[in-house]
Amino acid sequence: MNDAPRANILSIRGVTKRFTLGDDEVEALAAVDLTIPQGEFVCLIGASGCGKSTLLRIIAGFEEPSTGEASIRGKTISGPGRDRGMVFQDYALFPWMTVRENISFGPRQRQLPPREIARTTGEFVKMVGLERFADRYPSQLSGGMKQRVAIARVLANDANILLMDEPFGALDALTREQLQHELLQIWSRTGVTAIFVTHSVEEAVLLADRVLVMSAGPGRIDSDVRIDLARPRDVSSPEFNQLRRDIAQRLTSHLAPSRA
Amino acid sequence: MTDPAATPSRDSEPSAPDAAAGVRRRSRQRRDKLQAIVFGAGFPILLVLLWDRAVAITGTRLVPSPYQVAVMMYDFTFGGVYDDAFSGTILIHVWKSMQRVYGGFFLAALIGIPLGMMIGRIKILRQLLDPTISLLRPIPVTAWLPLSMIFFGLGPNAAIFLVFLGAFYPILLNTMFGVRSIDPRLFEAAAMLGCSETGMFRQIVLPASLPAILNGLRIAQGFAWILIVVGEMTGVPTGLGSVVMDGRTLSRTDLVITGMIVIGACGFVTDRIIVAISNRLLSWSPQHRE
Repeated sequence: MNDAPRANILSIRGVTKRFTLGDDEVEALAAVDLTIPQGEFVCLIGASGCGKSTLLRIIAGFEEPSTGEASIRGKTISGPGRDRGMVFQDYALFPWMTVRENISFGPRQRQLPPREIARTTGEFVKMVGLERFADRYPSQLSGGMKQRVAIARVLANDANILLMDEPFGALDALTREQLQHELLQIWSRTGVTAIFVTHSVEEAVLLADRVLVMSAGPGRIDSDVRIDLARPRDVSSPEFNQLRRDIAQRLTSHLAPSRA
Repeated sequence: MTDPAATPSRDSEPSAPDAAAGVRRRSRQRRDKLQAIVFGAGFPILLVLLWDRAVAITGTRLVPSPYQVAVMMYDFTFGGVYDDAFSGTILIHVWKSMQRVYGGFFLAALIGIPLGMMIGRIKILRQLLDPTISLLRPIPVTAWLPLSMIFFGLGPNAAIFLVFLGAFYPILLNTMFGVRSIDPRLFEAAAMLGCSETGMFRQIVLPASLPAILNGLRIAQGFAWILIVVGEMTGVPTGLGSVVMDGRTLSRTDLVITGMIVIGACGFVTDRIIVAISNRLLSWSPQHRE
């Protein structure tokens, strides 16, 4: 499914976002236009305050755009919905539910037959390799395992857009690498569309089909870089490093004017 | 993913404890438990000894010795010593007081928990009710005594109302606090997984605020037993509170202290029951276990 021409799943037209902070009004996003085809892996990268999380939250339906419109397959986003699943940096698992109960939360909301809920849940517990930990509570898991549960929880609910807000930011380097690898496998296996916010240029180049470089004051998309490296990608190859330097340069060039 | 068995082992997970460590941990837990019992029971015994010495040394006749209270307690429980109106009546008094305490307490929980959840979650309700609650809360329950006797007449209902008032605010406020301090991400996570706003109350608000609610119930049951003495000033003939008041009227301090001890013991047992229930319901949360 990765090579056929694909229909756009997400389209964003003229989306802006203003927040009021006390008496001030802050422009978090200035007119963003963006379309993302089904199944694409997109990374949003940029300095703090460039509005990348705001954009993600608008897509998730947690925030409303001040102007403009975001739509999924032509349907305007009007609130959170199970077609879009968010994976938070701080996991946001339900601490009173076991791994299995967290993952089955979505299917249970749909009141599927119990047999089907159990089957789906089992499938995704297995997909993220947590069979032995299925009856543990989140407090008994490591950070990497918690994030696996968060991913499985969203996928078990048939989300076809995976929104990830610096999901691996709180993990140690080794676990982070492991989870990047697993995420790519899940992504290629399920054909899910992924929108991934990160601070790390290397992570963006490793994961994405396309890297959107954002800049702050007000937040906007400055460049849209296609990453055509074959997968699995070799982080030590010259091509990889060329792209990494290129994107890092775009990032810092955006930083310069805002400092002046 | 490709190798699920190997996958989790890479990120410093909590691994299954080996047998020797398990045995060591269990024996340490046993020692801890024993120490808690020895210390916990030892201190009240020390206080009783001090009381006994203080009475003996001062030679006071106003305060009975622990022995006299023990005799009174025996008579109150089994009879056969004084054979008066209080002999062997402990069960009826405990039973009557329990009805009032638990009646008021459960009524307070029944109203306080749902109301606290709604006030915590719904802004309009908060704006509507919060100032009134803050206004009514500082009024001492004892100040309600005359009004409660006018509303409910002489009898147990006035006592239940007073216990209810005392138990209601800790339950309400703790529930409100618990709901207000839920991580907003949990609501976002639930909403994106398809949870409806009404489903939120049962599935997110209640379990997430349960630690605070149980804490409120624990404080409230303490207040409920505290208020039973005031509650039973409303002219009821039986109950531990009325025993204490009668003891005072008759200048029988041994009877007063006996009543105090029984009230304390009832409150203690109820507290232990709530703690046991809490530990069971909050087994997911290591920091709430005792």
